[in-house]
Amino acid sequence: MKNKKHLSAPYLFLFPGFVFLTLWLIYPMFKALQISFYDWNFLATIKNTFIGFDNYIRAFKDTIFLLSLKNTIVYAIVTVSGQLILGLSVALAIDRITCGKIFFRTAYYLPVVTSWVVCSLLFKFLFNASPAGLVNYALIDILHIIENGIPWLNEAGTAFLALFTLGIWKGVGWTMVIFLAALQSISKEVLEAAQIDGANEWQIIWYVIIPMLLPTIFLVIVMLTIGAFQTYIPINLITNGGPVHRTEVLLSYMYDQAFKNWDFGYASALSYILIIIVFSISQIQIKLSNQIEK
Amino acid sequence: MNQPIKTIGKKMFLYFLLLIGLFFTVTPFLYMLSTSLKENIFVFEFPPKFIPSNPTLQNYLTVLTTRQFDRYFMNSVFVTLLTTFSVVLMSSMMAFAFSRFTFKRKKLLSGLIRLFMMMPSMTLIVPQFILTSKMNLLNNLWGVIMVYIAQNLSLSVFLLTGFFKQIPVEIEEAAKIDGASPWQVFARIILPLSTPALATSAIFTSLGAWDEYVWAMTILNKPEMRTLPVGIASFHGQFVTDWGLVFAASVIAITPIIILFIFFQKYFVKGITAGSVKG
Repeated sequence: MKNKKHLSAPYLFLFPGFVFLTLWLIYPMFKALQISFYDWNFLATIKNTFIGFDNYIRAFKDTIFLLSLKNTIVYAIVTVSGQLILGLSVALAIDRITCGKIFFRTAYYLPVVTSWVVCSLLFKFLFNASPAGLVNYALIDILHIIENGIPWLNEAGTAFLALFTLGIWKGVGWTMVIFLAALQSISKEVLEAAQIDGANEWQIIWYVIIPMLLPTIFLVIVMLTIGAFQTYIPINLITNGGPVHRTEVLLSYMYDQAFKNWDFGYASALSYILIIIVFSISQIQIKLSNQIEK
Repeated sequence: MNQPIKTIGKKMFLYFLLLIGLFFTVTPFLYMLSTSLKENIFVFEFPPKFIPSNPTLQNYLTVLTTRQFDRYFMNSVFVTLLTTFSVVLMSSMMAFAFSRFTFKRKKLLSGLIRLFMMMPSMTLIVPQFILTSKMNLLNNLWGVIMVYIAQNLSLSVFLLTGFFKQIPVEIEEAAKIDGASPWQVFARIILPLSTPALATSAIFTSLGAWDEYVWAMTILNKPEMRTLPVGIASFHGQFVTDWGLVFAASVIAITPIIILFIFFQKYFVKGITAGSVKG
């Protein structure tokens, strides 16, 4: 279509979409950067004042922010490893069976299509403090591991156990689908060759399949980590950051700064810290995946 | 003889593991369904029962008749339909430009698309809120829709550009020789050949719009404006929660999604593996 008559055509096709992107993403991206250098309170009547890097400096002296950063990192490490290991195992198992592949794939994927709001409320209910809460009941009366019901959400440690379980439970299906697709692209000849050489099933998985899946494993780790850093809804609905900010994560703290304290300047600085983290992680991925291709 | 027995044993072991996993995956859903059929006094009865002793549809009736739930549902339908239609239309147009034309600033523009695929959507909530309030769109479903469109465009452009590039250009040549305009090529040739990709894009966008919570909760304060996720979260009180109601509402909200998923599975799988999107 290098026809001169239609030189403006590509711009006309791009125009409507870019109006939306510009207004609601590009402009906000610059605006947030600007706000982050200001003492900017949405409710205050006084003029917003430029304060340079003060909001960023404040963040690294703010013990609650540092705790929320630490919590986010721990949440990412635990849930990413859980989703990776379980998702890969389920994919390997489903890949090896003959009947019911689609049935299992569908069932394991259900939590992924269910909204975070519903899943969060559901897990809050399952981890209820009373002995009739389903998790307590299973631990006390079926497995006999504990004697009294645990008030899961009253303490940070046990509350995080509930949040980790939810995070892993909801994400296994996604990881599984990615690995199932990757497993289908491994050629059958390679596997047969290994079998003829007398390798057993575990050796094939460990020495043949896993090395061939490495680029996918890496991609999955990066995607899941980026996702984990953005966790918000379960915190908001299950613990609301409590008790006393002990289960705060980056976005829950940012959101409260913005819409409870109306401190838009500080909230924007916290947002930019998260943007920098997420982009660094994706840069690492781009660099390393280039290296793997070489 | 030894080999088949060993294979059968191995298969049994795999099914055993998958069934354990299935148990943990599905139990919460079944318990949610069962709780939605219980009267409030039985929700925390001991021991917990999976099959309610006096099952009742009362929670569903209460949700549908007294809690403005029909409003929430219709608001969500409206928001989802408009978002999905706009995203599929605009993103396919953009993808057509990216896949069929060379033009100035193409690298920059496609770089922006990738940037926004990575951008954590909540991080721009402050300036988006300021903009929405300046445009007088707080408590307005249009404020919700516009941000959803922007949030869902990039991924869809990425998916569709990949798909359009695979359509051989030769198909269009004949039409172009006959004097077809770019718009005619787009509407008469590219779009009809791309229905699977358009379906994938539509499914992911509608899922995103149907489930979105944070932005809707932030700008919609009036009860009659709430979308489903905001409405469901509002049933969950600060101190006392009527879990039967919460889960009756949840079951109604997730049923369309689960039906959609079961019928259009292959598009879900395509979308996830092509764009590696996190649902």
